[in-house]
Amino acid sequence: MDNIAGSKSGLTWVTHISVAILVFLWLFPTVGLFVSSFRTADQIATSGWWKAMFPATQNLQLRAAAPETQTELGGLYVIKGNLFTEDRRDQTEISVFGISSRAIDAFRPGETAELREGGTITVAANGDYRMENTEPFKGKRGQRVFVTSDIPPEFTLGNYDTVLGKDVVKRLVVFAIAGLVFFVVLRVLFKDIAGPVAKAAPAVGGIGLILALAFTFGLSTGTVEGAQTTDSMSNAFFSTLTVTIPATIIPILVAAFAAYALAWMDFAGRAVLIAIIVGLLVVPLQLALIPLLKLHLSVGIGKGYLGVWLAHTGFGLPLAIYLLRNYMVGLPRDIIENAKVDGATDFQIFVKIILPLSFPALASFAIFQFLWTWNDLLVAKVFLIDATGETTVMTNAIVEMLGTRGGNWEILATAAFVSIAVPLGVFFAMQKYLVRGLLAGSVK
Amino acid sequence: MHPALLGLLTIVIGVSGCIGYFYGSNLLLDKVIFPARGPNIGRNINRANLIRPWLFLFPAIFALGLYLAYPVVETLRLSLTDRDAGGAFVGLQNYSQMFGEPKFWEALRNNFLWLLIVPAGATGFGLLAAQLTDRIRWGNLAKSLIFMPMAISFVGAGVIWKLVYEQRPVDVEQIGVLNAIWLGLGGAEPQTWLTIPLWNNFFLMIVLVWIQTGFAMVILSAALRGIPEETIEAAIIDGASPFQIFFKIKVPQIMGTIVVVWTTITLVVLKVFDIVFAMTNGQWETQVLANYMFDKLFRANDWGVGSASAMIIMLLVTPILVWNVRSVRKETQ
Repeated sequence: MDNIAGSKSGLTWVTHISVAILVFLWLFPTVGLFVSSFRTADQIATSGWWKAMFPATQNLQLRAAAPETQTELGGLYVIKGNLFTEDRRDQTEISVFGISSRAIDAFRPGETAELREGGTITVAANGDYRMENTEPFKGKRGQRVFVTSDIPPEFTLGNYDTVLGKDVVKRLVVFAIAGLVFFVVLRVLFKDIAGPVAKAAPAVGGIGLILALAFTFGLSTGTVEGAQTTDSMSNAFFSTLTVTIPATIIPILVAAFAAYALAWMDFAGRAVLIAIIVGLLVVPLQLALIPLLKLHLSVGIGKGYLGVWLAHTGFGLPLAIYLLRNYMVGLPRDIIENAKVDGATDFQIFVKIILPLSFPALASFAIFQFLWTWNDLLVAKVFLIDATGETTVMTNAIVEMLGTRGGNWEILATAAFVSIAVPLGVFFAMQKYLVRGLLAGSVK
Repeated sequence: MHPALLGLLTIVIGVSGCIGYFYGSNLLLDKVIFPARGPNIGRNINRANLIRPWLFLFPAIFALGLYLAYPVVETLRLSLTDRDAGGAFVGLQNYSQMFGEPKFWEALRNNFLWLLIVPAGATGFGLLAAQLTDRIRWGNLAKSLIFMPMAISFVGAGVIWKLVYEQRPVDVEQIGVLNAIWLGLGGAEPQTWLTIPLWNNFFLMIVLVWIQTGFAMVILSAALRGIPEETIEAAIIDGASPFQIFFKIKVPQIMGTIVVVWTTITLVVLKVFDIVFAMTNGQWETQVLANYMFDKLFRANDWGVGSASAMIIMLLVTPILVWNVRSVRKETQ
C-alpha cells in the first residue's frame, strides 16, 4: 500500500509529526516514573523530573565572613574565603553574582564589585572571594552576596538500594553483562553444530551463568540502614514470582488437552461446549470471589499460595482453551490423518505432533497469563493475603505504600518501577507472540 | 516450607499429575476397559473413541465448572440471602437495600461514564495510531512504544499517573506535569486533580485509555492491513482525498473489527477495579461498581449486598456474552 497511498501524499510530514506526538504522550508518564526513581528525595521534591536532565539554575543568598575576620596587609584590610560550605565547593560553579537584591546578576565571576559601604569584592567562579578596603570593614555580619549557580544533573542508585537491598541493581547489571558475553561466546562456538542441544546451549548457558553468579556472590551486600522497605519489597518480589510461575504453567497443560479435543475429536456436544467456553470468557471475576473464598475456607485450603494458584488456573482456562483451540483448528488436517493411518493414538498425536506445532499459541497464552498474574491485585488480595500480612504481592505492597507514604515519591517510584520492569522485559522480548495471541484471541 | 520450594513442588506435582492423568487414563481405556484386541475389537475401538474426548476434557471442564460456572449460580443465591441471619432467604431485600444507597447510584453513574468514554477513547486513539504508523518507516518502533502500557499493571499505571497529577502548594515548584502545565498556561493555583468531583473521573479514565490504546491499535492495524488493496487503488484513481479514503473506504471495511475491539475494552471497563482502588479508592465521587463490590465484601463484610452488586456487573456483561456466543456459534456451524 505504501507505493500508492503513502509516497505522494502531502500529508507525510504531518503523519510523522503526529506519530511523534502520540509516542511522546504515551511514553512521557512512564519516563517520569523511571527518571524519578533515580533522583534523591530532595531533587524530586524541589523540581519536576523533566528538569532532571538539565543543569538546574539556583539562586542563592550567601554571606562572606564577618568583618571580625579581616586582616591588615600593608594598609589594606582584606577578608577572604569561600562562599560555599566545604562539601558543595566542587559541584557548584557561579555563573553570575551580585551584591544587592535588586541586581543579583550584575557581575560575572572574576569581576570586582564596589561595595556601598566602601571597599570592593571579587568573587571567583568556584566561590572564592576577596574583599579589600583601605579602611577597616565595620559591622557585625558579613557582606551579602547573591550568586546564581548551575547544579549539574545528578542521578543515584540509592533508591534501588533502599527498596531492593544494597547493590542489587549494580550486581544484576554486572551479572547480566557476564551472562550476555557467555551467551555470545557459546553461540560462536556452537555455530557450526546442528541439533537442538547446540541450539539451546547458548541461552541455557547464559541464564545459567547469571544464576550461578547470583548464587555464588548473592545479590545484596546488605540492607541500607533505616530502610524498612527493603525486606518487604524483596519479599513481595519473590512472592509475586512464586504466585506467577505455577499459575502460568499449570493451566497451559490442562487447556492444551481440552483444546485438542475441541479442535480435532468428534463428539456430541462439541459446539455447545465451545459456546459455553466463549461465554465463560467474559464472566466477571468478581462473581467468583465470595463463593470460591467460601469453598477454599471450607475445604481447608484457606488463604495461601495453593488457593491463588487454583484460582488463577480456573480464571485463565477459558482464554487458554479458546486461544489454543483456534490455533489447533488451523493446523493442516493431512498431518493428523496421516498419523492416524500410521496407527498413532490420539494421545501420541497430541504429544508428538500437536504440542510442538502449537508452540506459538502456547507462548502467547503463557505471556498473557504471566502478565495477568504478575499484574493482578484483586485475586491476590482475596485468595492470598491474609490478616498476618506475611505473604504479599508487589501490587499490594505498592498500594499500601500509596496509602502510608504517598509523599515519598523516591521510594514509591522505585518500587513501582521494580514491579513493572519484569513484565516490560517479557513484553519487549516476546512482543511477537503477544501480538499473535491478541489477534487470535479477540472474538471475531 | 519455603514458598519458593512449595511453588517448585506444585509445578512438579501439577505438571506430572496432569501428564500422569492423561497418560494413565488413556492407557487404562485402551488396554484394560476396551482393549483393541479379542473378538470385539471393532466395537471396542469405537467405544474407546467415544469416551476419549471426555478424558481429554474432564480436568478443564471440572475447573471451569468449579471456578466460573458454579460461582455464577452461588453468587445469585448469596445475593438473595442474608449472611447475618444464617443464610436465610430474604428475596430481593439486598437489592432494595443497595438501590437505596447513594454510593451505588454514584458507582453506576460513573460506570456508565467509563463505558461511554474509555472504549471510545481507546478505540479512537488506537485507530489513529494504527493508520498513522502503518505508513512510516519507524512505525513498528512507534507501535511497540504505544503498546507498552499494556504490560504495566493497573497499580503501576496508577502510580505513574499519580505522579502526573501530583499537586504542591502554590509557592513551591510543581512536580506534577499537569499542574506545571496548568500554571504555565496561566492557571491561578495548582489543582488537586483527583479530588474535583466529576472531573476526577475523567482523570482516572485517561489511565485506562492510555493502557488500552495499544491493544486497539494492534488489532486494528492488522485489520487495516487486511483490506484489499484494489479498493484503495480504485478510490485513489477516482480522486479520493486521504481523509475520504480513510473514512469512506477503510473504516467501513474494518467495522467488524472495530466492534470487536470496542466490546473487548467494554468488558475491561466493566471490571475496572485496581485503578480506582489504587488512586482514589472511590473517594471524591469516583466510585465504580467493582470497587463498590470490593468495599461491601471486604470492608463492610456484607456478602448479600456485595453479591447483589456483582450480579449487576454480570447483568451488564450479559449482552456482550450473548452476542459473542452467537457469533461464535455462527462461525463453527
